[in-house]
Amino acid sequence: MVSHLFSNIEETVAVILFGVGFTMLLLHRNLIKRIMGMNIMDTAVYLFLAAKGYISGRMVPIVVDGIQDTTAYINPVPSGLVLTGIVVSVSTTALLLALVIRIYGRYHSLDLDEILMQVKKEERI
Amino acid sequence: MSRRKDDLADSRWGRFKRWLDGEVDPLMAPDMETVAPRSAEAAGQAGSAVREEAAGQAGSAVRAETGGQAGSAVREEAAGQTGSAVRAETAVQTGTAAAVQAGAGSAVRQAADRTALAGTDGSVRSAAQAVLPAKRRKGRLYDRVYQVMSVILCLGIISVLLWTIAYLPVFGNAGNPDNNEVSARYIERGLQETGAVNIVTGMILDYRAFDTFGESCVLFIASCCVLVLLRIDKESGAEGVKERLKAADDRRFEPKEDIILQKCAMVLSPVIFVFGIYIILNGHLSPGGGFSGGAVLGSGLILYLNAFGFEKTERFFNTKTYRRITVSALSFYCLAKSYSFFTGANHLESGIPLGTPGAIISSGLILPLNICVGMVVACTMYAFYTLFRKGDM
Repeated sequence: MVSHLFSNIEETVAVILFGVGFTMLLLHRNLIKRIMGMNIMDTAVYLFLAAKGYISGRMVPIVVDGIQDTTAYINPVPSGLVLTGIVVSVSTTALLLALVIRIYGRYHSLDLDEILMQVKKEERI
Repeated sequence: MSRRKDDLADSRWGRFKRWLDGEVDPLMAPDMETVAPRSAEAAGQAGSAVREEAAGQAGSAVRAETGGQAGSAVREEAAGQTGSAVRAETAVQTGTAAAVQAGAGSAVRQAADRTALAGTDGSVRSAAQAVLPAKRRKGRLYDRVYQVMSVILCLGIISVLLWTIAYLPVFGNAGNPDNNEVSARYIERGLQETGAVNIVTGMILDYRAFDTFGESCVLFIASCCVLVLLRIDKESGAEGVKERLKAADDRRFEPKEDIILQKCAMVLSPVIFVFGIYIILNGHLSPGGGFSGGAVLGSGLILYLNAFGFEKTERFFNTKTYRRITVSALSFYCLAKSYSFFTGANHLESGIPLGTPGAIISSGLILPLNICVGMVVACTMYAFYTLFRKGDM
């Protein structure tokens, strides 16, 4: 079982990266660091997908010399999925950062606990 | 006895216990001057009570510290005085009287010591009670428990996922279940059906072109949201617009007309633009496509903006240009691909001949769609940058 983890080293690294991002998401109070953690999780998913699409000893899916044999190219589907994922992650990151800028402009803090305390205080008034 | 207690309070275990109780910050240097940050003061003036509370706590902590220091200083002084008194008495060399005097001195010293210690202890304790009400201490405890639990949860997630991976098929094996008939069909028939040499481009811009349309729309909508959140409207005439514009424009912090950056940008940005256009136009022939080429174009625009400032870029790229380019590109994409919905959602022939594979003008609609996607992505990247930088385009 452990040897299998080493033969699947790309997936293992992807899972550990995912865990690191998730830990950052849970442990950090700074909103920007939380966004960084989310981006690390995104990267882990891309690594996992790219590793799933790879077949050893085969070429990139670009037809060369008219060879159209399935044994010549790697799986093109995960590449398209990763492309979609990158675009969506860029969009969400930009949106989150803009929201953080607005939050900072209002509460003068990036600390989530402090922001929540201020919100509570405002609600009480 | 009092001495021993002092040692316990200063020992490693005592400090650890105080850290567990949440009384001290172990990362703070012992001799650090504690000054409330200016931002906290400003926020306090603005009327946020939390900040005031924090500042007050910092102040009381400082006071407690100084009190403790004063107490110990007093003690040292007293000790020194008694010591000198003892020395003075011995210098007199009157035996019994000296012994009596010394005894009195030591008694005085002990008394002073005790009072000083009591003072410091009392002040520390009262300060701790003032700083940390029971509620706050509970909050600290909750924080510790939360951190430990979240680390345990993350380790659990990692171990479960690793356990899953141990049962996944071997990496890079051709017989894996994800290499099924779908990818086989794309590879075997893709060139004939889409005309694109790059199978991935043929897949995302022909078979799944509507999905890619959704992606471009996601980018467009994200840039619209950033625009809504961050844009400072110059023409609104509301109060404080000028100050906000001034505060958002961070160009005053960096050297204007930086000669090294300008010369580098003069050489580099045309090359970057040409490379981006090459990647977009060769999307169906080589690695790349609209998204990557658009990102390259956008970075070239950003470099140009950094070197020459907003005055130069606003001559050819402002909000109006952005709006025109993105909306026209997206509507062309929409019209080119969504007409199949009116014919029963069948995949329609575009009517454009596919051409010879490998030529630049081939593969039907893929080249114009790549150009559309590239323009949307380049405009969006540039818009993100300018909006984050000064709140306008």
